Formats: sequence, C-alpha cells, structure tokens
Amino acid sequence: MGMEYIEGIPLLRPYTDYDNKGFWDAVREHRLVFQRCRECGLIVHRPRPMCPRCLSTEREWAPSEGKGRIYSYVDFVYQNASYPGIKVPYVVVVVEMVEGVRMISNMMDETAEEIYVGMPVEVVFDDIAEDLTLPKFRKIQD
Amino acid sequence: MFDPYLARRYPTAARPSADAYRIKDNVAIVGIGQTEFSKNSGRSEVQLACEAIEAAVEDAGLKTEQIDGLVKFAIDYTDEMHVVSNLGLTDVAYFGECGWGGGASCATILHAAVAVATGVANYVVCYRGMNERSGRRYGRVPGAAMVMTAPNDHFGSLMPYGFATPPSWVAMFTTRYMHEFGATPEQLGAVSVVLREYACRNPNAMFYGRPITLEDYMASRMVVWPLRLYDCCVDTDGAVAIVVTSTERARDLKQRPAVLLGATQGIGTQGEMMTSVYRPIISGLPESWYAAEELWRVSGVKPEDVDVAQFYDAFTPLIPMQLEEYGFCGRGEGAAFCEGGDRIRLGGELPCNTSGGHLSEAYIHGMNLISEGVRQIRGTSTSQVENVELSLVTGGLGVPTSAVLLRAG
Ligand SMILES: [Zn+2]
Repeated sequence: MGMEYIEGIPLLRPYTDYDNKGFWDAVREHRLVFQRCRECGLIVHRPRPMCPRCLSTEREWAPSEGKGRIYSYVDFVYQNASYPGIKVPYVVVVVEMVEGVRMISNMMDETAEEIYVGMPVEVVFDDIAEDLTLPKFRKIQD
Repeated sequence: MFDPYLARRYPTAARPSADAYRIKDNVAIVGIGQTEFSKNSGRSEVQLACEAIEAAVEDAGLKTEQIDGLVKFAIDYTDEMHVVSNLGLTDVAYFGECGWGGGASCATILHAAVAVATGVANYVVCYRGMNERSGRRYGRVPGAAMVMTAPNDHFGSLMPYGFATPPSWVAMFTTRYMHEFGATPEQLGAVSVVLREYACRNPNAMFYGRPITLEDYMASRMVVWPLRLYDCCVDTDGAVAIVVTSTERARDLKQRPAVLLGATQGIGTQGEMMTSVYRPIISGLPESWYAAEELWRVSGVKPEDVDVAQFYDAFTPLIPMQLEEYGFCGRGEGAAFCEGGDRIRLGGELPCNTSGGHLSEAYIHGMNLISEGVRQIRGTSTSQVENVELSLVTGGLGVPTSAVLLRAG
C-alpha cells in the first residue's frame, strides 16, 4: 500500500529559505525538529523569523518526539481536484504533535477508512526521490 | 476571543472610536453592473471587466468619464492600465488593489469608501472579471513534467503532500467542524438545496432551471471527502462592477442608494491562505469574527437587526461557520441552523444568498454577492425579502476577509 506517485509528474519540491532550512535539512537526515524560541521557549511550526509571543528572533531547533494524534484529515478521491502527480485515493492529514504544534502530512500506509480524528501516530521518513524526503506518519498503539 | 497559542485576548490594539468612523452613512453604492455568467465567455477578461464597468456606470446614471477611482483584486489580471486604456479614462486619481482572492470582495468597497470619505475621489469603481471556467481554474493544479520548487514555504509545506486544491483546504476545516459539533452532510446539503432554489428564480444564474433535491446532493460525486460536488461553487466566466460615491452625490443619481453602515476587514493570527491548520481552532473562521466584530462596532447594529445576508459561499460549510462568527447563532450551532433550510429560505429568520450565491448563481469572487446585497436594498432581487432595511455581505473565507453592511438610503 502507500501512496502511488505518477511517473513523469514529479512532486513540487519544498521551498527552503533562511527560516525553514534547518527543518528540511533535519528531515533529510530523518530527524524531525521544530523551531523553539530561545527566550520564552514557545515552539512554532511553520518556521518563521520572529517568536509571535515574545518577539525574539533568537531561535533554535528542538528535536521532536515524533509522536502525535490525527487532528483532521481529508481523502482525495477525485483526480481532477487532486495533485496530478499522485494517484487517488490518497489521504492528507493534520497531525497535532505532542509538542503542541501541528503538521500537514500524509499517512505512510493507512487509507481513509483506517484513520480517525484522535488516532495516535508517529513520524516515519519517506525517501521519495534522490532530492526529496518527506516526514509522514503511521498508526501506533494508544 | 482568547488565543491560547499566544496566551492573549483579542483584539488587543486600541481602535479608533466608532464616532471617528467617517464611512458610516456618508458613502453609498450607487451602481451595479455585470456581464452574463457562463462556462465560456468567448472574450478576454479585460473585455468582461470593461463591459461590467460600463454597465455599472450606466446603472448609476453616470458617464464613464466621471470615474476617478478604481479598486481591483490583486489576483485580477486586468490592471488599472487596461481599464483606463480601454474606457478612455482621463481623470483616475485613485487606484489600488486588495489581496487574498475572494477575501478582497468587500475590501474593495472599504478601500473605495475610504477614498470617497476623505475626498480623494468622487466615483470609485470596484471590479472583478474572470474566465475562471474556460481559463485558469482554481481547482486544477497543472502538473509539470520537470522537477520544480514551490514558490514559497507555504506551498512548499502543502504541495509535496498533494494538499493541493481549494476544496481540499476547506474539507480539512470541515472534517474538524463535523467532528467537534456533529454537523452532518444532510445539514450541509440543505444549504446547497436552498441556494439552488434561489438560483432557479434568478434567470441570470448558471443553474437557473436546474433544481436539486437533498437526494441529488447526497448522490453527487465525492470530490475531496467530506466535500461533494454540490458542496462546491460553480466555476464561472463573467465580471461584476460596483460604483461607490458619497451619499450626498447619490441623491442626484438614478438608483436608490445602498448606504454603507460599515465596511471592514479582518485578519487572523497564525493564518495562511486557506490552510490555517496551525492555529488553536480550525473549526471556525477567526478572520470573519474580526471582520464581524468590527462591523457591529462601527455600525452600531446587532446581528438580529439584519434582514438578509449574502455569505461568501465558495463551499457549503462556510455558511454555517459564518452564521456563527457573525453572531447569528452560537458556536457549533450553524449547521443545525441550516438543517432543513427553512431558516435561510425566504420568510425564514435570515434569508441567505438570495441570488443563488457562488454555489448556484455564479462564482465571481464575492462581487456578485455584493450586487445581490444592493438589489435587496433596492427591492429588485428575484427573491426579494420584504421591507429590507439592512443587508449584509461578506468576503472570501479561510483568508483575510472583509464585510459590508448596507442600509436602505
Ligand atoms: Zn518567544
């Protein structure tokens, strides 16, 4: 199982900039990190230059436990309303991590029928192409 | 609204007093114009925009050369130079654009009103022209044959996962909305059915003459679960233009003016373009709450005083969510409000989207909703609510948004 990619239509690659480079560099090494404010400790995702709570620009990369729960999800079932490079059906999930932040991602194997809001998950890394690794999720025991 | 993410209560900023709000009662919508709505206009977006502007100017009883201000959508490819060149305008002294797709709709009226209220311009035209059906469709993502990088971190955090289209973005909020409040497909379906009823009374609507039942809704194709085809708006070719001037000048013009009680914008913290999944609550629309709070504050009106509403309805769940954010019902009660449809039908508590809205009249990025809000004030809607004093229109959702409240002049 898992997502089926359509050959000849590559996935759009993540955009890296000053603010998010550390996130994607870690993903490539199969590590999940989130931006943490050095002043007040607030963890945010997506990465950004300034802490919205204390306005500090001093930030660091905090390792994530890699665990969370499905917060919401959608099932792409109609190809014309989907990403052309991925065969339907496929699921996109929002995972609420134990660190409190949320991530947009995919399930590694599970289909829409197998998942539910609140389902416990952990991160896995999918090496899709030479230059593309994505953090995805799989079901774990509660 | 308390934001647990920031541990702060909003709004925090000191706002000008409502007495200082110079738009109220002093600015009015005096002209509305549109092209036909179709699947294939057969002409350029520039031409559509200029035709709608001419129609709006004519409707107002003005001459085209009297236009001295233009406000466009940032997303609109027809820029001011096109309009000025085609319509031969020589006195345009104020122009600008509003961002965030359909979130710009009522914002264009606000920006026009600011110019009018401060003496920068006399007759400002707001417009939107789009070949959204025959040209670039928002729901379709072009697949490239080569490896490409996303244009920014926002898309770079969505697209690699295939989280690619507007229905899927709204579907993500909808799953959560249904989970938290027990909203049902039948409740969303009632919105779709009622708006189609309105469209069937409106000869200009894309779906005129094509009624649907709740059974048709339930049987319609799943697009991105939990949203079906009939949860989605109708891609349209067409244009709409609106003329804004002072209430004083409006007295010498052709139409009964739709006087502005308020025009406001709202933007939420931790937001993104339609994918604000990172903020504490995603089963609501904080931007709408901001726009609403400001609207009630500057106008001095309460939600229960409103006679008719045109809610931005690119997808069905946005109507129940806005009913909540604008204060017509409590949090989580919007879907139940729509159940069966009677409360949003003619004669109901709050008739909604009386031209058929984006779901069934046309999708002109909120501008056709403003026209309908004005028609309700004039008494010329094909689904006219009796004795309309106050008419509400809202802008695009899941993005920084806007709203206007009109009164009979
Ligand atoms: Zn901080």
